[in-house]
Amino acid sequence: MKKTLDITKEHCPMNFVKVKLELSHLETGDVLDVILCGKEPLENIPRSVKEQGHKVIEIYEKNGFYHVIIEKRT
Amino acid sequence: MTEYNKKLSIICFSGDYDKAVATFTLATGAAAVNWNVNLFFTFWGLNIIKKKQGRCFIGKGFLARVFNFLVGGLQNLPLSRLNFGGIAPMLMVGMMKKNNVATLRELIDSAKAIGVNMFACEMALHILGLKKEDLIDDVKEIIGVSKFLDISKDAHILFIS
Repeated sequence: MKKTLDITKEHCPMNFVKVKLELSHLETGDVLDVILCGKEPLENIPRSVKEQGHKVIEIYEKNGFYHVIIEKRT
Repeated sequence: MTEYNKKLSIICFSGDYDKAVATFTLATGAAAVNWNVNLFFTFWGLNIIKKKQGRCFIGKGFLARVFNFLVGGLQNLPLSRLNFGGIAPMLMVGMMKKNNVATLRELIDSAKAIGVNMFACEMALHILGLKKEDLIDDVKEIIGVSKFLDISKDAHILFIS
């Protein structure tokens, strides 16, 4: 299953909180497409999801926003 | 990456709106990046987690009831500066909403959802004549110093005054 989460309008700490909560609702193997903007979340969201044991499959830019594709593990 | 204990304990002494926002921002942010977070509410900080969010005569004993009425709950938290008789916090909430920054209520809801642990100070509750039932159900336990230190073993400890 693939889900999309738009956090382009969120600020710290809700951007992190929303990613964490969304991932907790998914099943192992599900994929989450996180849309974000700004340098801070772009650096820190991939890092923190990796630390939590998930896999960052891809990061790309589209229409000025970044897409971070995460596969839920554990 | 260096290994360190991802544990954060925050002693929430203040019942000011702005300081409560700081507390809950840190708490939810840390929990979101997988830290174990424990909040310990004492004295003025208890106003944030009272079940009755407005001014209510709660507690045991006349003085306690008057005191609890005067300090109020979540709806009555003042700003630590420029409070202007309670008008400023309302303006602040408006500004936060306008700028799409999470308000204190949203932060508290997130903290509950993301598994931030909340504890309340046994001694302060005793002074204020309050019981666990007077606090929100998300408060895990009423604890004292030794239990707090035990919970906070190897943790970073912050005191928000």
